Amino acid sequence: MKYKINFILNNENVEHEVEANRTLLKVLREDFDLTGAKEGCGLGECGACTILVDGRPVNACMMLGIEADGKEILTIEGLSNGTKLDELQLSFVNNGALQCGYCTPGMIMSAKGLLKENATPTEDEVKEAISGNLCRCTGYKKIVEAIMEVVENNK
Amino acid sequence: MKYVGTSVNRVDGIKKVTGDLKYVDDLKFPRMLYAAVKRSTRPHAKIIHIDISKAEKLPGVKVITTGKDFPKRVGLYLEDKNFLAVDKVRYMGEAVAAVAAETEEIAHEAVKLIEIEYEDLPIVTNALDAMKEDAPLIHPDLGTYKYASVFAPKPDTNISNHYKVRKGDVEEAFKKADYIFENDFYVPHIQHCPIENHSAIASVDREGSLTVWASCQSPYAVRLALSVAFDIPLNKIRVLSPAVGGGFGSKAGTTLEGIVIPLAMKSKGRPVKLTFSRKDEFINSFVRQGMHSKFKTGVMKNGKIIAIKDQYVWDGGAYTEYGVNITKAAGFAAVGPYDIENIWCDSYCVYTNHPVGGPYRGFGMSEIQFGIERNMNIIANELGIDPIEIRRINAQKVGGRTATNAPIDTCGLLDCLDQVLEDFDPNEKVESLSPNKVRAKGIAFGMKAPSMPNNVASSAIVRLNEDGTAYLLVSAQDIGQGSDTALTQFAAEVLSIPPEKITIKTGDTDHTPYEWQTVASRITYCAGNSVINACEDAKAQLLELASLKLGIYKRDLKLEDGYVVSTIYPDKKVAIADLSLGLTMPDGSGIHGPIIGRGVFIPPNVKDHDHETGLGDKPVAYWTYGCQGVDIEVDTQTGNIKVLNVVSSFDVGKVVNPTLVEGQIEGAIVQGIGSALWEELKFKDGKPLNPSFVDYKIPTANDMPEMIIKFIENEEKTGPFGARGVSEPAMIPSAPAIANALCDALGITINSLPLTPEKVLNAMKEKNNK
Ligand code: FES
Ligand code: FES
Repeated sequence: MKYKINFILNNENVEHEVEANRTLLKVLREDFDLTGAKEGCGLGECGACTILVDGRPVNACMMLGIEADGKEILTIEGLSNGTKLDELQLSFVNNGALQCGYCTPGMIMSAKGLLKENATPTEDEVKEAISGNLCRCTGYKKIVEAIMEVVENNK
Repeated sequence: MKYVGTSVNRVDGIKKVTGDLKYVDDLKFPRMLYAAVKRSTRPHAKIIHIDISKAEKLPGVKVITTGKDFPKRVGLYLEDKNFLAVDKVRYMGEAVAAVAAETEEIAHEAVKLIEIEYEDLPIVTNALDAMKEDAPLIHPDLGTYKYASVFAPKPDTNISNHYKVRKGDVEEAFKKADYIFENDFYVPHIQHCPIENHSAIASVDREGSLTVWASCQSPYAVRLALSVAFDIPLNKIRVLSPAVGGGFGSKAGTTLEGIVIPLAMKSKGRPVKLTFSRKDEFINSFVRQGMHSKFKTGVMKNGKIIAIKDQYVWDGGAYTEYGVNITKAAGFAAVGPYDIENIWCDSYCVYTNHPVGGPYRGFGMSEIQFGIERNMNIIANELGIDPIEIRRINAQKVGGRTATNAPIDTCGLLDCLDQVLEDFDPNEKVESLSPNKVRAKGIAFGMKAPSMPNNVASSAIVRLNEDGTAYLLVSAQDIGQGSDTALTQFAAEVLSIPPEKITIKTGDTDHTPYEWQTVASRITYCAGNSVINACEDAKAQLLELASLKLGIYKRDLKLEDGYVVSTIYPDKKVAIADLSLGLTMPDGSGIHGPIIGRGVFIPPNVKDHDHETGLGDKPVAYWTYGCQGVDIEVDTQTGNIKVLNVVSSFDVGKVVNPTLVEGQIEGAIVQGIGSALWEELKFKDGKPLNPSFVDYKIPTANDMPEMIIKFIENEEKTGPFGARGVSEPAMIPSAPAIANALCDALGITINSLPLTPEKVLNAMKEKNNK
């Protein structure tokens, strides 16, 4: 049984039919080919699937597709404007804040969610905000630096 | 130098921050089927019967395979494993059957319907027990298995390799020693935990040609293993590794590729995808081997160690096709970064009913050096010598000898120590702000060589385009360590073309040239040399043509910013672009054709060791040395440890890209902290107890310490621009440095990892009871 849902996906209105038991992560990755959000665990434990729902970071693997109805969803693919990167994306590249890149989309979306809510977080607030996003490569230092650079630039 | 030594941005950065880079699990093909795996629920059992009849009838199920379909054994160094179990299972979670179906859900449903009848066999889950004579044999046919000649499996035992070092006369030396110390240590199984779970897609066409997309570190090694396992000629197998979301060793060799291929062979041309769940990733990709170590050390009053007799017993798990080489690597570094005259070392790889052990960042070095570096501090404390002093006295130095008696011609170990001490005062007492907490400092050394067969090869091709841009082709994989960027920097330097004008292509055995494996911190070194050689080849062609064109001797020409320029008359020059397809002569005729450079590399003069003594003048290409100081805070009420500050120094030979190499060290330190404080894959009678991120904690951003990262640049003569590998070595000192800080400050002894609150509190209790 499929349900019809309407939502805003990366700034566009979409209408979609979805089974009740499919996660939003599967819907985004499989139905919309938006594979930027990754599945690292499927259980809400790693943050690789982080997207913004109405501006707040959410683990897409823990949300059902039908729950997207009426919501505004932003994935990493919708963050940049064409080839014009978001300031966080640029800062990650410039600060070497990524290695394998698998955690990166989720990490950037968590940071984006934080900055939307609080444009001037402290370093500890940044660490706390990304503490649900596991990165096995970087040791987090350059990630925190990249986010703090954006914070400083916007002060 | 213009590009080497600068923090060029990652060439794969934009693809990664935008989500544009497609990893294997992101790929989708028309008519693709999805696979799921039936796994063993027993740690050791005969397979009596597999009933697939119910599963077959489930609508949407297309193919079911079992081990009987392809019973040939495979393995990198020792042919002891099947991709799907044949006749017997040897660990809980082993793949027994696989299903390909229209959807993932159907495949998982079908797997539940497969029924397996087992007959349990006695299990052995402790490597020390598995070595005993009456232990149940996990591979009774070990004596018939094929293996590479440098290994020594012992038929009719569970020992799949025994590597020994016999240097000098330890027993005589023990007689002369002022003191003898004996200590035991243990490190548990841990998991790599790349955030990307393993994934593979296989497709077989009507010619029988096989294409595999795999999240693997080593496309060529995978191709060879698959060719052997499935009797397919190499030119009919194409392995692509489009991107790797972290490896740390887990994606070296082959894992799940061999499971999808039999399905694809029977799926009538439909591609089949298999992606591990996180639970699979914990249990079914390589685990770091557990290891028991034991040291008997003979020391003189002044702190000079004159003999070490040690034993390493590796819990290799159910299959040790790869693990046997870790045992050997441990022997080469038998006593760590110390110069000891008399050594007796036995390193055993032992089968148990645990998941498959394999390479993990450091390839045995973190495991052995935990014991070696703890042993050093224990001895220093007993003798009342400063732990740094005892290290200085015994450290390997230029002019000394390694454990295999190889002469040491470069060694920046003490330089690294001194560099750490510039920012780290081990004796400075810092009071914690909280009354229940104690601040403590500790130090440890680390050393590692690339552990690889002597003659492993690398190759590279560079192709110039009509506009002076270039393609660089290699099969070294960027698994996050930044090799795409470093190799591009090498090419940019030699060709004098900016990195943004060079596009690197990797990971496609049909189109990118041979690379043995992306492991062992060997890529910057091995692939780097092949890239330099390829670019030198292209450069020689350019100079040849430019010499004709300009009428200037080749020796008076150089490459500069996209031109071949005279070193004498700087205004005499020709654009690389204009030579890229050959040279047009004044009469309109052409010569040479497109500029294509080829480069190959094998580490020079690395030779086999002597089998009886384990000794050898050059069993490895080079050693990387380093040191770490840590500053921790221990909560004496809860036993919790927080790492506050870390200072690290490694002798990397040449810093190719400061930001990238810092990133490697920072990542290694934090991974090292995880292994020190929390990480342990736990088992009960072979059953994995904590295969999830909830029950197996890895470090988060909140666990990150302040880090000062420093480098020594003692050139490695055979290295590209003097560089040597460092991505693995950097993790080695973390755990022992933390343990040394903890134990020395509290006056306790903990000789196993991880340093859990429970162990800390127990050790404190024990001390107070004394
Ligand atoms: S995949 Fe969603 S939290 Fe791990
Ligand atoms: S960059 Fe690899 S997991 Fe974060």
